Amino acid sequence: MSTMDVELPANRMRIRPGQIITWTLLLLGGLIMVTPLLYMFATSLKTSGQIYDLKLIPAAPTLDNYISVLSDGRFLRWFVNSTLIASIVTVSNVFFDSMVGYTLAKFEFRGRYFIFLAILSTLMIPTEMLVIPWYLMSSQLHWLDTYWGIMFPGMMTAFGTFLMKQFFETVPDDFLEAARVDGMNEFTIWWKIAMPLVTPAISALAIFTFLGNWTAFFWPLIVTTSRELYTLPVGLSGFSVEQSIQWEKIMTGAALATIPTLIVFLVLQRFIVRGVMLAGLKG
Amino acid sequence: MVFVGPSGCGKSTTLRMIAGLEDITAGELRIGDEVVNEREPKQRNIAMVFQNYAIYPHMTVGQNIGIGLYTSKLDADEKRARIAATAATLGLEDLLDRRPAALSGGQRQRVAIGRAMVRDPVAFLFDEPLSNLDAQLRAQMRIEIKRLHQRLGTTIVYVTHDQVEAMTMADRIVVMRDGRILQVGTPTEMYEQPVDIFTARFIGSPSMNLVTGTIKDGVLSVADATLADAKVAGLPNGAVQVGVRPHDLLVGTEVSEGLTMKGQVTAVEPLGSETLVHLDVAGAEVIGTAPGKLLPKVNSEVTVSAAPGALYLFDAKTEQALGRL
Repeated sequence: MSTMDVELPANRMRIRPGQIITWTLLLLGGLIMVTPLLYMFATSLKTSGQIYDLKLIPAAPTLDNYISVLSDGRFLRWFVNSTLIASIVTVSNVFFDSMVGYTLAKFEFRGRYFIFLAILSTLMIPTEMLVIPWYLMSSQLHWLDTYWGIMFPGMMTAFGTFLMKQFFETVPDDFLEAARVDGMNEFTIWWKIAMPLVTPAISALAIFTFLGNWTAFFWPLIVTTSRELYTLPVGLSGFSVEQSIQWEKIMTGAALATIPTLIVFLVLQRFIVRGVMLAGLKG
Repeated sequence: MVFVGPSGCGKSTTLRMIAGLEDITAGELRIGDEVVNEREPKQRNIAMVFQNYAIYPHMTVGQNIGIGLYTSKLDADEKRARIAATAATLGLEDLLDRRPAALSGGQRQRVAIGRAMVRDPVAFLFDEPLSNLDAQLRAQMRIEIKRLHQRLGTTIVYVTHDQVEAMTMADRIVVMRDGRILQVGTPTEMYEQPVDIFTARFIGSPSMNLVTGTIKDGVLSVADATLADAKVAGLPNGAVQVGVRPHDLLVGTEVSEGLTMKGQVTAVEPLGSETLVHLDVAGAEVIGTAPGKLLPKVNSEVTVSAAPGALYLFDAKTEQALGRL
């Protein structure tokens, strides 16, 4: 077969210089972001004597660290804590943010705009500033060192409300009015008609909330004192102090903690990308 | 009952008030003998078909139709039977498991109608249900809705801005403008006895021609023609608007009685069975009708005539009807 026989159309072969620059930059950016992750996994497979050897592929990979970490009951407890807290907060956000967003988007009432602005304005207050009032409130209400204490600040968020409101505004009123004429009450209309029409937004909100709470460190560190209530990030940070920085164990714990987020991302990346695009946010 | 009028005249708002989707600030709304002003939409037992169909994209055709039975106390089997019967009536029985995205415009429209008719309401409200369909499908659905109405015998309140739709579908027409009802009557009454210029021009296609005329001492003068009639004699001297429907203004004929005028042809629209001839008559743009095979040349001068009984007189100031000649 001559080379002519396999020649592709010229327009398919053409690569513009701009594309080469884009790809190079993306590749470099990708490498910068992936390298620490690869080192984390590589270190988790090394023995304590090998951890300062910067090779990505360990000379004698071992699963001993994983066995050790997983057989430590505390790690599993923290894992369960994180899963429980992230799940409950996610469900709560999807429920309440959607309900408030729907109300703000679809009902006319006095003060609606003011309430929306008030909710939105809380986005401008950094978490670090809110921690003190949260702590004082938790202390007075005896919520310190409880699951509720960890969860309550995130049970409903201004961001989620804003996101859901924007999406509910795209739902045609005709759908809701048709349901009203057909005899549904307002809660059923929201649940059965409006919610299924904004599933991309719900998915995006659920993913962001779950990942945010899974990796949350600052507030859980402050509000908890009992080791049994630690979340994974808090527990792992304790690992380093308590066990005089056993990097291979920390990296193993971190690798295990990353697995759920990786699974969430791989399964739902379509929604994450769509959610980021639609919400105009940083991921 | 068809509400017709231009965009923004209040016909859809009126329909929404009947449905209970809009508050009524004054007056009484009765369904049957009961005042329903304060009743929620679901308490009025009316069904509504929306302009954009409002069929739920996340539900199948069967589920969409079944939503109409949401408040029904029928058991599951009876509901299924009702849905199947409704689907059969509308020719949707093979599509019950499909989602709306997999349906054509006409099928979606039928699903919306199915959801309305499945629960046997006291009245159907249709809010411009055909405006999203192409001309052919619209004509087909028009007939289907009319047949459905004849079969069910249930009151339908239908909103449209299309006077052809209004004329072909209505038992009674309500012409609205700027939030007010101008006239209520049968299609024939609307066509034959319009109460004012707006209604006269709104009903009928092409619109009624209007030419300025004057009445002096019982004689009507229009362009270069005059007409003496006993009915004119009873009217005061002054300016009037003279209306004549395009199908009553015949090109190339003269009448001994009635009105005969001369005009210059500005455009010709052959329609096969007839030809619409656009004319300049004494400075006014009018449309006349010629037989299908007759195609007057543009810029030529032709004679147009309207037989007795084809002229409508309107007061030039109030635009109210003064009678027919």
